[in-house]
Amino acid sequence: MINNSKERRIPVKEIKPQFHTSFREILYQYNWDTINDLIYSKKEEDVISALSKPTGKCTLDDFMAMISPAGLPFLENMAARSHHITQEKFGKTIQLYIPLYLSNECQNICTYCGFSMTNQIKRITLSDSQISKEIEVIKSFGFDNVLIVTGEANKTVGIDYMLHALEIISPHFAQVSMEVQPMDTEDYQKLTKAGVYSILVYQETYNAKKYKDYHPKGRKSSFEYRLDTPDRIGKAGMHKIGLGCLIGLEDWRTDSWFTALHLNYLEKKYWQTKYSISFPRLRPAEGVIPTKNMMTDKELVQLICAYRIFDPDVELSLSTRETKKFRDNSIKLGITSISAGSKTNPGGYSVDEQSLEQFEISDERDPQEFASVIANQGYEPVWKDWFGNN
Amino acid sequence: MKKLKIADKEFDSRLFLGTGKFGSKTLMNEAIIASKSQLVTVALKRIEVENSDDQLIKHIQSGNVNLLPNTSGVRNAEEALFAARLAREALNTEWLKLEIHPDPKYLLPDPIETLKAAEQLVQEGFVVLPYVNADPVLCKRLEDVGVAAVMPLGSPIGSNNGLNTKEMLEIIIEQSNVPVVVDAGIGAPSHAAFAMEMGADAVLVNTAIAVAEDPVNMAIAFKNAVIAGRMGYEAKLGTTGRYSSSTSPLTLFLEDDK
Repeated sequence: MINNSKERRIPVKEIKPQFHTSFREILYQYNWDTINDLIYSKKEEDVISALSKPTGKCTLDDFMAMISPAGLPFLENMAARSHHITQEKFGKTIQLYIPLYLSNECQNICTYCGFSMTNQIKRITLSDSQISKEIEVIKSFGFDNVLIVTGEANKTVGIDYMLHALEIISPHFAQVSMEVQPMDTEDYQKLTKAGVYSILVYQETYNAKKYKDYHPKGRKSSFEYRLDTPDRIGKAGMHKIGLGCLIGLEDWRTDSWFTALHLNYLEKKYWQTKYSISFPRLRPAEGVIPTKNMMTDKELVQLICAYRIFDPDVELSLSTRETKKFRDNSIKLGITSISAGSKTNPGGYSVDEQSLEQFEISDERDPQEFASVIANQGYEPVWKDWFGNN
Repeated sequence: MKKLKIADKEFDSRLFLGTGKFGSKTLMNEAIIASKSQLVTVALKRIEVENSDDQLIKHIQSGNVNLLPNTSGVRNAEEALFAARLAREALNTEWLKLEIHPDPKYLLPDPIETLKAAEQLVQEGFVVLPYVNADPVLCKRLEDVGVAAVMPLGSPIGSNNGLNTKEMLEIIIEQSNVPVVVDAGIGAPSHAAFAMEMGADAVLVNTAIAVAEDPVNMAIAFKNAVIAGRMGYEAKLGTTGRYSSSTSPLTLFLEDDK
């Protein structure tokens, strides 16, 4: 804790992750309000100092300065830097992926989600033949990377359902990612063995005191179990872990700083794993109350560039929640992976086009059309990026 | 300029190219042609192996260019063997750039897994070109198991930092019985020329060309730099040490008895 309010540095010793069993022990060294105050007390000179560092040498304190309100006037400078670093590290390429929703059954209550248990919507979990139909449509778009998404319904959509679904899905794709409920290490090991390349799990918010307000019921209501999920995925030897916070719940700057702290911890501990960051911004969905902590487009650009400068190697991913204009312009900013042609309802591509979406899509262009937008900016759209499972 | 021989193949060009990071396949192809390179490496993970019409491969296979599939993305020997066998089947070549980098941040090669995989792959008949750190002992160990060349790094992949491992590279070049290809970190034509002047047999360049504002002209610049450096080496560069000559000779007394 800081007594001197003029102190603008983070009051914690260097992280030595090997001495900790999981991230919660790191997180509890920090106080949400203190970090929040530190971010909002950052000054112009802190931003200049951060931007003067050589590539890859920025600290968590520099990240704080770059995402602070004091960083906003430096946006063009940050964007140019981010653009340059991204091209050096990733080349002039953009990875494409598409979500495949298998189920909207969910036993959690999340105040912001269309699939929340108490929402009176039609629930559907895809059967084998329905999955096959969806695969057919997705393949016809040209995709070789797919992201499997479900709600959390452990009896009907548990590990056994998933392993079975993977037997149907994996042979058709070079790279399979999953965004599903948190699991134990053994289950993640099973998924790794089944050829899953990447697991995405968003903490939603790192504010331990507020977490339960948004997640009052269901397994998801346990803050700590969710918090330690990336550790369990790391232990299982997964190739890639996706992190993020849900932007629009709590103060996005503070939540993003904790996400960066999490990323920094994981990179040192599970050093053979790749990481990606997503930027889900709250969008209108069934039964959702509009949020007070909205983030502007300008601020999202600030966050994307700050991440890139802080961590030149992390993958940065953008979904179809964002508008056409924003997505088209994000290609040169530091984003490395973009979904296209997404449907966020199970069966949305072929089986049940009218079932309820998890969130509303802003960019409804088809994948080939979006790929040509990428190509027109001098970037190569990448459809395939792994060996597959055969 | 002498021809370069690796395994059973002869090369007029000593510039090898990587195919990642280009803004389009057309641009990549133009850069390859302009560079006059005869060996280009392709990441197997980016190739549609079941599709004989793969766009990347289609763009490269124009006459004089040989394909060198690489195992980029694998983290251990086991995954590398899987990728290598897949590459042989899909691309119909025994040639393989073996790269095993479990660390996704700096993409530094794992020496233990690389040696393990190299030994097995040589036994299976592959022509193995391993990407390694600039470690002279490791290079000798790889030579012992039968690799066709070694590919030590100048600095981390994509860093453009040049030959930071200079001293180790010099030892590797001095000791090696197989061709030495300096790979990774070469960010400017001058770096490539310098590697060739040192006596490297070839260099492999990717990021510096692919990410350049004008990849085609950058490819030509590298082509010329490699030729200049190699010709300088073959013509025997003058020594750079300060050779002192004393004004009153110190050994003249030896002549006294004559």
